[in-house]
Amino acid sequence: MLTTPLFLAEEGAEGTPNPLLPAFYDILWSSVIFVVLLLIFWKVVLPRMQALLDERSAAIEGGIKKAEEAQAEAAAALETYTTQLAEARAEAARIKDQARTDAAKIEADLKARANDEAERITAQAHQRIEAERQAAFSSLRTEVGTLAIDLSEKVVGESMDDARSAAIVDRFLADLERDGATR
Amino acid sequence: MSLLASAGSEPEPFHPPSISEFFPQVFLFQEPTIAWLGEEDPIFGINRIMLVRFIAAAVLILVFVLGTRRMRIIPTRAQSLVELPLGFVRDGIAYDLLGEKDGKRFLPIITTIFFMVLAMNLTGVIPFLNIAGTSVIGVPLVLALVSYVAFMWAGIKKHPGAFFKNALFPSGVPWFLYIIVTPIEFVSTFVLRPITLTLRLMMNLFVGHLLLVLFFAATHFFMFSAGGLFPLLGVGTLAFGFAFTAFELLVSVLQAYVFAILTTVYIQLALAEEH
Repeated sequence: MLTTPLFLAEEGAEGTPNPLLPAFYDILWSSVIFVVLLLIFWKVVLPRMQALLDERSAAIEGGIKKAEEAQAEAAAALETYTTQLAEARAEAARIKDQARTDAAKIEADLKARANDEAERITAQAHQRIEAERQAAFSSLRTEVGTLAIDLSEKVVGESMDDARSAAIVDRFLADLERDGATR
Repeated sequence: MSLLASAGSEPEPFHPPSISEFFPQVFLFQEPTIAWLGEEDPIFGINRIMLVRFIAAAVLILVFVLGTRRMRIIPTRAQSLVELPLGFVRDGIAYDLLGEKDGKRFLPIITTIFFMVLAMNLTGVIPFLNIAGTSVIGVPLVLALVSYVAFMWAGIKKHPGAFFKNALFPSGVPWFLYIIVTPIEFVSTFVLRPITLTLRLMMNLFVGHLLLVLFFAATHFFMFSAGGLFPLLGVGTLAFGFAFTAFELLVSVLQAYVFAILTTVYIQLALAEEH
């Protein structure tokens, strides 16, 4: 090459050292450095790293456990809620049924009571009418008897004792009734 | 600065990358020395590459010790940045291959190997450091030996007495084939594994550094010294420099992953009941 004349001559006459033959200090310092680094990695760095990894996995496990607990809690809450809901629904249905039957019963009761009342009123009216009829009849009977006797006394002109007159009246009335019945 | 220096009289010569860049001057603790393969070798010598490694290690320690302080269950953004790579090594490499039980046992070694290799690879593309701590054989060799000892220890502990038998005499092979299989298994398992681990890592970063130096030194030379139309070539070499810097980033991560995962695979094979 063109540069050949400018090449720098190898300095010194000791010859080039063999790069495959280690100098003693080379081995010594290499070993020292290795031992120091090994101790630092072995006793300081890796234990710290391991501690961190353990801590981290514990945290992760804790997190998972917590999540599982929360999930179980939620599931339990859902279960309670569902059962409560079902209970409430059943309760509502029961109340509705009850109300319906109650209403029917009340209606029936009211109807029955109204019927009774009507019957009672009718019966009372009947009774009253009967009683009034009886009263009117008996008072009429007495008065008609008395009137008839008075009249007949006046016609006959003689007084009759009470017992006789009563018997006559009765007979008369019975005749009247008989006549009434035959007529 | 070099521009100013070269602007004077002589054009600056081309600096080709050289192997001696991996062996800079020992500037601290030049004494005491020992005789090491016939050379004078300072025992506690510190050169630029050792310094780069110390810086890488210090940054690692700082990032991970401070980054794992007061961690929260719900991570902040900064905490995620620390957790992510640790989690990658833990889940993607250790637990994935060894299972959680054995993965936890070997996690410190695998994690240390991964981050040490990664940090020291990345120094190769970090400005002002500019050289990978793993491009010099010491770190790859030590880590390969750690890996070697780790898988042997794992196997011997798990299958006392049977580990070497399992490794050297795989079951389901006719006995006469052991004549061939056993030497192959021995070489591949007990000889080649640490060598390939060492060389794969070191050579990747070594060559990566040489390539980057070549591109940027060439760029500098073409732009400021060669003259003529050479600056145009310099644009090309600069672009290649950028591309290879990005490539070195990829290689750094990949080689750290490969080293860690191979170590894990070796441990897994040693722990397995039968091969």
